[in-house]
Amino acid sequence: MARVHGAACAAPTVDQGDSVTTNSLYGRDVVSIGDLSLAEIKYILDVTAQLKAAKTTPPALTNKLIAHCFFEPSTRTRLSFEAATLRLNGKVIGFSSDDSTSIKKGETLQDTIRVISDYADLIVIRHPKEGAARLAADLSTKPVINAGDGANQHPTQTLLDLFTIHECQQKLDGLAIALVGDLKYGRTAHSFAKICKLFDIRLFLVAPDALTMPDYLCDDLKKQGVRFSFHQSIEEVISKVDIIYMTRIQQERFSSVAHQFNKAHYNLTAEHLINVRPNLRILHPLPRVDEIDVAIDKTPHAYYFEQAANGVFVRQALLALALNKELSLS
Amino acid sequence: MSKTLSVSAIQNGTVIDHIPVGQALKIIHLLKLLETNQCVTVGFRLLSRRMKLKDLIKIEDYVLTEEEANKITVFAQEATINVIKNFTVKEKIIARMPKTIEGVFICPNAACITHVEPMESYFYIEEQGKAVKLNCRYCEKPFDRNQVKVTI
Repeated sequence: MARVHGAACAAPTVDQGDSVTTNSLYGRDVVSIGDLSLAEIKYILDVTAQLKAAKTTPPALTNKLIAHCFFEPSTRTRLSFEAATLRLNGKVIGFSSDDSTSIKKGETLQDTIRVISDYADLIVIRHPKEGAARLAADLSTKPVINAGDGANQHPTQTLLDLFTIHECQQKLDGLAIALVGDLKYGRTAHSFAKICKLFDIRLFLVAPDALTMPDYLCDDLKKQGVRFSFHQSIEEVISKVDIIYMTRIQQERFSSVAHQFNKAHYNLTAEHLINVRPNLRILHPLPRVDEIDVAIDKTPHAYYFEQAANGVFVRQALLALALNKELSLS
Repeated sequence: MSKTLSVSAIQNGTVIDHIPVGQALKIIHLLKLLETNQCVTVGFRLLSRRMKLKDLIKIEDYVLTEEEANKITVFAQEATINVIKNFTVKEKIIARMPKTIEGVFICPNAACITHVEPMESYFYIEEQGKAVKLNCRYCEKPFDRNQVKVTI
């Protein structure tokens, strides 16, 4: 359910030089990737591309205060949101763990959000509980962007994944994509699977049985007509795909024997890349541990650091669109 | 077979009949019937021509609201809800499955924010043939109706 905050409801537009487009994201929360239409996703990706190509970053957040409320630790997401805010000339308040907040004294998330929404112009929230961002959006008088709520949603990661795939493949339709690793608990894999219904994407799900994609997501993929299949090793699929999206398997979930088995079947090495498509690109939400051998970093197939760098541009686009009725990018 | 009623008739009130076996207790909690002063009679696993076995609830001196009747359909899609006056059926309540339901169920996902904040649960209801799915608005997980417990 999308919500528009405050005075943002009145026919907003975005000035993109030649064209004027309705900015339906002005004043809006971004809690779940499912809240966004295909047109809105394409629009965010288009604004992201313009921001990345621009020689100078527009001061779209001048006089705006962004609250970065990270109730659990984060490196890339938190710093990329901070970088995005500061590059757009905005200011940051917030915290990077709940150790320094009144949550430790027993304050509810609801009270915390009510207060912070009176201090800031927009709230970025990461929280370990699933649905925390939706609750925050319900209570906040200002727009809320979800930076990850437990194992549920991480919509800005999904948007940066889509932007990166489009950037390296020049299209989003007609692609074969392998999701590898922890498909049971990994929210990036869950969010990405949910978005596949909007594009012509063939999915290969590569995971140990214990970490395969949950039934409810597979049922949804079936219902939405997304083509997908299950696989036990990277070798089975790597020559057939345009993108291989690696995720980390938490080895503490397995015995040492199973750990060795997983390492052999779900860790990517340079030897895997002998008979792959030339356009194959490897993505990973990071941090990686040992699931991608460092030798791959030097190959043209590695694209995970570019992917991480794109996080700043996608978040710039979201912040700028949420707080600017009219956004000049020319 | 004896013609004696397994559950005695009521003079005035509401009879919820054709409840799938095992769902009557959930409906009692759903309608908070244990917290009212009404006399409630319940039958479990009664013989039924239509369903073979069924549950049944009779509530004396109380007529269900449309909203209450609609909530029942989550557990008993094909329940018959009759308003009784002077031992005869005065009216049938036509219940429709609600699109959403608030504050009634406990989200089965232990990691859901609804378990740690002072707040009401909220589910979107989706009919898939005879199955009923409840989608938590917060954690976004779908559940079968048999997975969810009613808030007591």
